[in-house]
Amino acid sequence: MRMVDDSLVTDTPDGPALLGSRCSDCAACTFPRQAGCPRCTGASMVDTPLARRGSLWTFTIQGFRPKEPYTGPEEFEPFAVGYVELPGQLLVETRLTESDPEALEIGMPMHVELVPFRTADDGAPVHTFAFAPDREVRA
Amino acid sequence: MTDGVAIVGIGMHRFGRTKGVSGRAQAVHAAREALRDAGLSFSDMQFGFGGSHSAGDADTLVSELGLTGLPFINVANGCATGGSALISADAAIRSGQHELGIVIGFDKHPRGAFNVDPAEHGIGSWYGETGMMVTTQFFGMKIQRYLHDHDIGSDVLALIAEKAFRNGALNPNAWRRDRLTAAEIAAATMISHPLTQYMYCSPGEGAVALVLCRADQARRYSDEPVFLKGAAFRSRRYGSFEVYAPWIAAERAESPTVQASQAAFEAAGIAPSEVDVAQIQDTESGAELMHMAETGLCEHGEQEHLIKAGDNEIEGRLPINTDGGCIANGEPVGASGLRQIYENALQLRGDAGAHQVPSRPHVGFTHVYGAPGISACTVLTR
Repeated sequence: MRMVDDSLVTDTPDGPALLGSRCSDCAACTFPRQAGCPRCTGASMVDTPLARRGSLWTFTIQGFRPKEPYTGPEEFEPFAVGYVELPGQLLVETRLTESDPEALEIGMPMHVELVPFRTADDGAPVHTFAFAPDREVRA
Repeated sequence: MTDGVAIVGIGMHRFGRTKGVSGRAQAVHAAREALRDAGLSFSDMQFGFGGSHSAGDADTLVSELGLTGLPFINVANGCATGGSALISADAAIRSGQHELGIVIGFDKHPRGAFNVDPAEHGIGSWYGETGMMVTTQFFGMKIQRYLHDHDIGSDVLALIAEKAFRNGALNPNAWRRDRLTAAEIAAATMISHPLTQYMYCSPGEGAVALVLCRADQARRYSDEPVFLKGAAFRSRRYGSFEVYAPWIAAERAESPTVQASQAAFEAAGIAPSEVDVAQIQDTESGAELMHMAETGLCEHGEQEHLIKAGDNEIEGRLPINTDGGCIANGEPVGASGLRQIYENALQLRGDAGAHQVPSRPHVGFTHVYGAPGISACTVLTR
C-alpha cells in the first residue's frame, strides 16, 4: 500500500497503528516521531506504536479545497478533521471518515484506518491515516 | 534604566485593498503619519523594529524614509509580529539603550486563506498534502471544543461578527464597512463548521507605525501621550491547544494568552477589571469569545451573557474591538497587532470619532495571537 509518508504508520498484530515516540524518562508521547521530548526537554525518545482506538475530542468540516501544499483531488468533497484522544498517550490530529457534522459527536469512540486520499500520476491510490466512528464496524 | 515607555506618535494606512499601492508604500505612509503626529522626523529616530509577513523586509524601508544609519531590526512572529515589534521597542527603551524610536508593521496579502509550507514549521510535507495545514480548520476545532466544554450556544458566534461589522461601519480606516445581520452571518457559506464565511477575517493590506519614547520625555512630543504600562509575550506550553499541531499532549495546559496577559497586567499594576476598552484577536468570532476569558477580562462561560447583554458594545461596560477588529479590518499580518494599539491610542486620546467609547477610557488592553501558538498583550493608560 502506498502511503503519503511511510514513517507515519507501523504494522502491529492488531493491524496498522500510528508510529510515534515515547520519552524513556517522563513517558510523554509525540506524533509523528521526534528526537527531543517536548515535556521534560530530554532526548531519550524511543519509537512506539500508538493506540489504535480512542475517542473524538473535537472536530470540524473542511468546507473548501485547501490551497497548496494540499494534493487531494481537484474535484473537492468536504472532509472532516478532528483530534482523537488516545488514552494515556496523546491527542492526534486526523482526517475522519465521516464528514457529516450531525453524525459526529465529541466523546464518540473511534479507530484508525488507512484510507486513499488521492491518485498518484501512475494511477496508484495514495493512502493516509484517518479515524472512523466505531459504529461503522458494528454496522 | 527607565520605568516607563510612551507612545507619542501614531500613523496608519487604511486597511483593506489598495490597488496599485505596495505594502512598502503603505508602510512609508504610516511611518510619515506617525512621525508627523509626534512632530518628529525620521532622522530623530534612534532605532526601528518592524515586520511584514509577505510584503518585504521592514529594515529596507530606510531607503525611502532616510539612510540615517539607525539600527533597524526585522521582527517576524506570525500574526503576533506587530505585538513582538512593540515589545522589542519597549525593551530597547526600558533598558536605557535608546530613548526614542519607531515601530512599523505592514502587509499586503493575496485573496483567500493563507497557504503555509509545513517545513517552515518543522512538520512533514504529509501534513499539508493531506489538507491539515489550514488555519481555518484549527479555529473550527478549537471553538467546537470550547462551546462543548463551557456549554455555550453557537448562536453567539454570529452576534460577535455582527458587532464587528457594526463597529467597522463607524471606522473610516476599516475594510468592511457594511453592516450584516446575525441572520445573514449565520446563513453564509460554512467554512469550517461551526464557523461561516462572515465569522472569519480575511488576509488583507494595511500598515501602522508608532513612535515611542521614554515616558518622562513624552510631553516634549505629545499633549496626549499614551503610556505602555505593561507588555508581555509568551509562546505555547506543553499541553496547550494551538494551530498547526499534528498532536497535542493528553494533559491540558493554558494557552500562551493566559500567561502573556497575566504578565502584562502584573507589569502594569492594573487588574483586568480596570480595563475600559479592549482590542483582542478575533481572527474569527470564536477567537474573540475564547480570548475574552483567556485574557482575564471575564470568566470562562460568562461570555454568552456579556455578549447578549450588550456589554461588549462601544456604549457597553466592556467595549471590545471598537474599530471592528480583524473581522471588519482584515488581517495584514505584520500590521494587525499595531492596529490594536493605534485604536486604543485613539480611544484614550478621545480621538476615535464615530467609534469613540463615550466615557473617554483611561485603561486600554490589547491582545494579539499568532501561529504556532504565540501571544502578545499590552496594557495602556493615559
